[in-house]
Amino acid sequence: MVRLTTPIPVDTLLSLRVGQQVLINGVIYTARDRLHRFMLHGMSEKGEMPFNIEGGVLYHCGPVVKQTGDSFTVVAAGPTTSSRMDIYEPETIRRHGLRAIMGKGGMGDNTLKAMRENRCVYLNTINGAAVYLAERVKGIVGVWKLEEFGDAEAMWALDVEDFPAIVTMDAHGDSLHSQIRDLSEKVLIGMIQNQQ
Amino acid sequence: MLKLRDGIVELYKKAATSIPNDVEEALKQAFGREEDPLAKGALEVILKNISLARTTSRPLCQDTGFPVFYVNAPRGLSHSLIREVIYDATKIATKKIPLRSNAVDTITEKNTGDNTGKFMPFIHLDETQEEHFNVELLLKGSGSENVGQTYKLPTRLNYQGKEILAERDLEGVRLCILDAVIQAQGRGCPPYVIGVAIGGSRDQVAFLSKRQLMRRLNDTNPEPILAGLECKILEDVNSLGIGVAGFGGNNTALAVKIFAAARHPASYFVDVSIGCWALRRGRLIW
Repeated sequence: MVRLTTPIPVDTLLSLRVGQQVLINGVIYTARDRLHRFMLHGMSEKGEMPFNIEGGVLYHCGPVVKQTGDSFTVVAAGPTTSSRMDIYEPETIRRHGLRAIMGKGGMGDNTLKAMRENRCVYLNTINGAAVYLAERVKGIVGVWKLEEFGDAEAMWALDVEDFPAIVTMDAHGDSLHSQIRDLSEKVLIGMIQNQQ
Repeated sequence: MLKLRDGIVELYKKAATSIPNDVEEALKQAFGREEDPLAKGALEVILKNISLARTTSRPLCQDTGFPVFYVNAPRGLSHSLIREVIYDATKIATKKIPLRSNAVDTITEKNTGDNTGKFMPFIHLDETQEEHFNVELLLKGSGSENVGQTYKLPTRLNYQGKEILAERDLEGVRLCILDAVIQAQGRGCPPYVIGVAIGGSRDQVAFLSKRQLMRRLNDTNPEPILAGLECKILEDVNSLGIGVAGFGGNNTALAVKIFAAARHPASYFVDVSIGCWALRRGRLIW
């Protein structure tokens, strides 16, 4: 188990390999399809963002949030499917110097390549474990685009403590998702050949 | 009608915050069998999450889903009134539980904020000879919804440069189901429940495959050939090595449920609806 604190130093990041379990501490930022698109094509410069996400962790998540007066609490905060963000992620990683992308299900070859080139990893947190993960969010420290995009698609800055995830794509070009896909296809081909 | 509305709000709460016993039981059995360390760890967290959601009455997944209703209503009751009641209950449940609002206007891109919109919730209404209402609710997560597939047989499938022909028979159906799981990998939150409908027309199989997700996991298909096929395909799917959360291991699916509708001689559809492990279904008899 490796404890990571955001922003993640490069040497720590390079030591991470596929299969390692990590616990994240510090502030992480949520972003889904719409926010990725806006960050790349909708805003003119980084200055529009109220957060400095450089060296940070971008979390593919649209949480359930409860609002009481002016304050927000996270009720449920599991990962959303990352592959939808594949079309935006390589450029987002480059532009913002992100050190980790967190979500579920892994990402494609272009993102893996961008991760190797820009020193970034992919973290798969536990699919659907939304309440368990919300318990590891100490608080919401800011939100951007709430009015325009709604609570499921806004960027939430979450202060997390020992937030668990597994490194499934590392900065050295290895991907657990590619390995599993390759294996499953080989099993299927074998299964069909055995019957013929 | 106010009582029915409140009953539906409660149905939302039960469905969103707890999963059915048969699904939880199947997950516990999978945990007992699991040998892959990453998959076992993920299952442990999943089981903890289920009990935490239940004891704190919080939605067990942040994606509180696309609500789909299957309603059998007694004769003589206005169907449009029932639809209004379901819409009202949806708005109340969204605030009260709370649910995440997942209703986005596709033209304006504005989130309506209350989980209602055109054709959302999706309500299937039938008349029954009985005196009571039977309201079934499926809160369908969209990660798993997105990995569903429709096939038209015959079709060619391709893996690592090797072409496989799926013809118009039950073997072709088996290949399509396995292909859907191969394409899905871990993206839709396995262990999956796999609902399948074959034959029919396009709209029928899409409706019927999702309807199979409402079946209890341990039921037996009344059609013996399909019952055998369900067992065989479940075994095949679990040998693919995708596993819990796509981390590897032998627990890729909890059940396969197949329905065969009559088909036109020119058509042979295979529709695969994939349910995530958090299969949130509930029933209200009123």
